[in-house]
Amino acid sequence: MNLSLLLIIPAITAAVILLARGAAQVRWVALTGAVVQLIAGIGLYNVFMQARSAGDDRQYLFEFRHRWFESFNMQYHVGVDGVSVAMILLTALVVLAGVLASWRQEKLAKDFFFLLTLLAMGAYGFFISLDLFTLFFFLEIAVIPKFLLIGIWGSGRKEYSANKLALMLMGGSALVLVGMLALYFQTDTFDMKRLAGMAADPSHGWIFPVLFIGFGVFTALFPFHTWVPDGHSSAPTAGSMFLAGISMKLGGYGCLRATGFMPDAAAQYAPWIVGLAAIAILYGAFATLMQKDLKYMNAYSSISHCGFVLLGIGMLTRTALAGAVMQMVSHGLMTALFFAVIGMIYSRTGTRMVSQMGGLMKTMPFICTTLFIAGLCSLGLPGLSGFAAEMTVFVGAWERTGAGYRLATIAGCISIVVTAVYILRATGQVAMGPAKETPRQDDAQWFEKASAIILIAGILLIGLAPGLLMDLVSPDAGYITDTLPSLP
Amino acid sequence: MPLQILLIPLLPLAAFVLLGLFGRRLPGPSSGWLATALLAVSTILSAGVAWDYFFVAGMQDGAYPTQVPFSVPWLTFTDEMRIDMGILLDPISVMMIVVVSFISLMVHIYSLSYMKGEARYATYFSYLGLFTFSMLGLVLSSNIFQIYMCWELVGVSSFLLIGYHYDRPSAVAASKKAFIVTRFADLGFLIGILVLSFHANTLDFPTLIERLTDPASPYLPAAAAPAFLGLSALTWGLVLVFAGGAGKSAMFPLHIWLPDAMEGPTPVSALIHAATMVVAGVYLVARLFPVFALSCPAALEVVAVTGILSAALAAVIACTQTDIKRVLAYSTMSQIGYMMFALGVAGWGAANEGFSASMFHLFTHAMFKAGLFLCAGVIIHHVHSNDLAGMGGLRKALPFTHIVFLVCCLAIAGIPPFAGFFSKEAILLAAWHKSTVIYSIGLVTSGLTAFYMFRLYFSIFHHKPVVPGTGHGEGGPAMMLPLAILLAGAVFAGFVPFSEFVTADGTPSPTELHLGFSVAPVGLGIAGILLARRLYQTANPLPGRIAERWQGLYRTAYRKFYVDELYLFFTHKIIFNLIGRPAAWIDRVIVDGFMNLLGQASLTVSDGISGMQSGKVQSYAAWFLAGLLGFAILTLYILFT
Repeated sequence: MNLSLLLIIPAITAAVILLARGAAQVRWVALTGAVVQLIAGIGLYNVFMQARSAGDDRQYLFEFRHRWFESFNMQYHVGVDGVSVAMILLTALVVLAGVLASWRQEKLAKDFFFLLTLLAMGAYGFFISLDLFTLFFFLEIAVIPKFLLIGIWGSGRKEYSANKLALMLMGGSALVLVGMLALYFQTDTFDMKRLAGMAADPSHGWIFPVLFIGFGVFTALFPFHTWVPDGHSSAPTAGSMFLAGISMKLGGYGCLRATGFMPDAAAQYAPWIVGLAAIAILYGAFATLMQKDLKYMNAYSSISHCGFVLLGIGMLTRTALAGAVMQMVSHGLMTALFFAVIGMIYSRTGTRMVSQMGGLMKTMPFICTTLFIAGLCSLGLPGLSGFAAEMTVFVGAWERTGAGYRLATIAGCISIVVTAVYILRATGQVAMGPAKETPRQDDAQWFEKASAIILIAGILLIGLAPGLLMDLVSPDAGYITDTLPSLP
Repeated sequence: MPLQILLIPLLPLAAFVLLGLFGRRLPGPSSGWLATALLAVSTILSAGVAWDYFFVAGMQDGAYPTQVPFSVPWLTFTDEMRIDMGILLDPISVMMIVVVSFISLMVHIYSLSYMKGEARYATYFSYLGLFTFSMLGLVLSSNIFQIYMCWELVGVSSFLLIGYHYDRPSAVAASKKAFIVTRFADLGFLIGILVLSFHANTLDFPTLIERLTDPASPYLPAAAAPAFLGLSALTWGLVLVFAGGAGKSAMFPLHIWLPDAMEGPTPVSALIHAATMVVAGVYLVARLFPVFALSCPAALEVVAVTGILSAALAAVIACTQTDIKRVLAYSTMSQIGYMMFALGVAGWGAANEGFSASMFHLFTHAMFKAGLFLCAGVIIHHVHSNDLAGMGGLRKALPFTHIVFLVCCLAIAGIPPFAGFFSKEAILLAAWHKSTVIYSIGLVTSGLTAFYMFRLYFSIFHHKPVVPGTGHGEGGPAMMLPLAILLAGAVFAGFVPFSEFVTADGTPSPTELHLGFSVAPVGLGIAGILLARRLYQTANPLPGRIAERWQGLYRTAYRKFYVDELYLFFTHKIIFNLIGRPAAWIDRVIVDGFMNLLGQASLTVSDGISGMQSGKVQSYAAWFLAGLLGFAILTLYILFT
């Protein structure tokens, strides 16, 4: 399969959006593009699994190379492993749901959908890149639209939030750039495959943390997470969905790749990663307890949930790494669903303050059921994706016997209790209890339902048959752990 | 056989899915009938499986075998560590599927009439389906993670059903409390699973049990070596798993959710919070009993102490409560305490009588306690109040309910020949053989049980002349039929020669009855009944005077020993104020403040350099990007030329 198709489809979609007239045409084009992209993603999954079951056990499949800056040895080099395929499918699902969720976007509709599509393209490019320079290029493509999405279509202190988000993510990118260039000067290549094959080097001792923190900013690595609450809460619905569902995964994916080509340094820094992840998990969860705004709640809870990704990576066992990827997919779907449903509620109640809502179940059963499903997924109910992912991280993490690792794992376990508290407090107040007046009383419209159902389907699929995702990503986790020095 | 067994949990699941998706479109009460019909099939299949297991397949080598007739991989971590969805058949799981599906069927039938006219009638039955599915899945689990999953699912169905009347703030609060308290306990369960499975390197129950009990097993020495604070990993694992069980089974001090859970519809209380879900903790200990008994008797002592403490404490509280359902809830807690300490005093081999006794009591208790709750439903339906003050003299208005209630009270009080007598005797006998202290507390508690149950009985059916009801009477045949069947259960369930079927290792042991031994408990029971009769048969000032005389004790018991207040203090003062609030504050002010300061500093610097403060965010971004790219190109250029 030609992976460039994943870039061509959004590129064409974006071009046609620019040519389209009127909001209606624009959104249908965007929707068509998103659907085609999802079909391409599913097709990719199929051919990938076929190749794997046919015995093709190379780490990356469907590789393609084209030199674009000969003198600097920069290549347009793409290829996918199971992790990339999982991320691509996640992106396709979230994009489709995001387009549907912003169906009623009237203000500057053309620009809005154009930017959404551009952002998606950046994410696809990022997930298929096997060349660090190309990877960085697409990372930047995915950052800029977010700034504009928040700055133009956002709410609240949107300029402040947009600035903050852009600056912090740019800061992260700058670190990635520094790390990447340092690697280049040492090895004369940006090729991730060749980098992974190189011997350990003392310089990795500083390059790894730089690169890891750079990517970590994107995935809310403590203490570089403060863009998350403001950014999410000011962003428009689809913006939050993309931000939490896709952008935060760029960081997790990057951290995983960095671990892949500097395993020795990763092993050396593992205690730090695990420690910061444990802090993020607990601290994020307790901070969520105190939030009064639904979007802030979900933003802080994202910090906590993304901590599981970093925890899984830091544990460096095959199971934990696979769990980290599963958590990325699960959190992407779940948080996108959360933001979608918060958007639906906000458009009807005119508020996001939990205390001002009550008893919405009566008038909006569909919306409230969706809210419950998102909440139950967040608190790790079996049958929904969060459970499978978190348990995989826990089981993998428990293989590390050091007291610190055990403590961090227990911190993770404790957080799922705290999660139950804040989820039930919020959903109990919003959906249950005596009904309060709302400006609009209608239940979800068709596009809102479609948006929610797409994400719920993904959550249920992974929750009921986690083996599918596990089989997809476990071999790749194995490639990473095979190169690791023996762990204590 | 596998298909037949698979259908047992899957039919209620089908009811959940169908009614959840399409229930509201089904006309009238047909959704309830659909769920009931599916469950009836499931119940018949369970009975068939039990018949096959005990009487057709029978014993192999003198013991009822443990079989796994069905298992599929669900999530594979490593070759050995994997979550399989399987079905485990052994005497206790077979007994449990019968109990669960049978009680659930009774509750379904009863609810057809009891819930008639509710706006969310179909939703109610779909939740019941979800619960029944999860509970059957729980008892059939062949994998420790599978049981944990079903465990969480019964928790959420309990949450949904307690909060069924979601517009009532008290119901919402109770549902949240139930979920969160049990979730907190499940934290122990989860960590316990991680500990046990790590040391056994498997999640599969039969393998896990074998590896942690066989003296020749290479896994056992590491697990049994002191690991943390002088206790072995095995002890920690088992105690933590038991903590999960104690939460679900409302053992002290994790019991605070159960009385509040009575906010749910009464048939739900009968099913979930009396007969089935709350005994899941007992079942869990029974499931892992070989590991407890053979490898770690110390953990079993924890079980025994928790059990006896809960039994006694709950009985004392039950004497003072005035809400009919809360009295029943505390009595449930007390009876589960009996089951727990019966397991705690049991041993392996010849000393396993406590195990059979515990399972026996679980079985009989399910019958008479479900009966009591369903009677309570009729009574509440009739007088529209939960409070004993609004009841009295109802034996005329509700003659049939009166009889069922009386028989169930006699059964729980341990009066022969009713069901509770046999199982409670077996428990006390097992305790007598192990520890005099536990036996004595259990004996006194059984007297208290008789007292508070008959306090309830006399207050409802005698006490005052006649309380005018709403004229609902005893409901239709749909409500009378389950009562009649449970009445038969309360009368006859005790005659099942239980230990000939259910023992810890599967080898039957003879059922004995020591008449001499029964004198003390039965005598105390009768004394309790007579005391209750003296105090509550007619309205008199004596109970008030006694309460005044023993004011301190009475108030403490009435306020449930202030355990709720302790929790409230802990969660609000400590968790919220000392952890949550500072965490949120630190994040906003310190961490974010630092980041903002950093941002501010760089903005100031760039202002100074460029003087290009146009006020447009776009141009800021453009400048920033341009600078970044410029920096990148510059670096490349310098280093390459």
